[in-house]
Amino acid sequence: MGHLTHNKNRPRYLDLRRIHLPLTGIVSILHRISGALLILALPFMGYLLQLSLHDEQGFEQARRLLDGTLVSLFSVGVLWALAHHFFAGIRYLLMDLDIGMERTRAVAMARAVLFAETVVFVLLLGWWL
Amino acid sequence: MTLRAGGVRPWVLQRLSALYMALFLLLAVPAAWLAGPLDFAAWHEMFTRPWFNVATTLFCLALLGHAWVGGRDILLDYVHPPGLRFVLLSLLGLFLLAMLVWLLGILLPLLGGVA
Repeated sequence: MGHLTHNKNRPRYLDLRRIHLPLTGIVSILHRISGALLILALPFMGYLLQLSLHDEQGFEQARRLLDGTLVSLFSVGVLWALAHHFFAGIRYLLMDLDIGMERTRAVAMARAVLFAETVVFVLLLGWWL
Repeated sequence: MTLRAGGVRPWVLQRLSALYMALFLLLAVPAAWLAGPLDFAAWHEMFTRPWFNVATTLFCLALLGHAWVGGRDILLDYVHPPGLRFVLLSLLGLFLLAMLVWLLGILLPLLGGVA
């Protein structure tokens, strides 16, 4: 152990700027971040649902809210979180079935997740705006 | 009541709720896309159809159960002091239960075409 602890140039693994997550790790941490964002967005989504189902005026008000700049930015964030969480989640379900566990396949699957989520995100965005 | 951490039951709940939500979205999003813009009457009428109302209510239940297991996993991984962990887990549970009551209050009165 001595040669490890006395090496002044040893890597400092907790320096976030120097940690290089592999692609699979990036997809994993984004799955958590997107999940947390979706939880935090729940009250607003509940509010929009309630408003839109209340009456004609509420429905129009919800539509106007969604057209506003601030809410649009928020919606874009939610759509990204949803797209990422969906595909990264499917990756976990496949991993439960022992699919994509081997290293090169795992990286390919992480790439596929990022690709699919980008396509769906752009499509949803085009639909939304 | 004890706050149980880990175990196979939350794991199963996470997977089953994920599968249900994925299937729901795979049907609902393309259907909404094809249907085009809706007005209030059509939107409201959709939620009075029993099958859609029940499927949406189940989606909300799956979502909140899924959020509980996922949020719990995040807190257990990153928050270590037992007191703070207990407080945050309790707040998460309270928040999700409040969401549950609220969402059921929005959806269920429309079931069967009342309201």
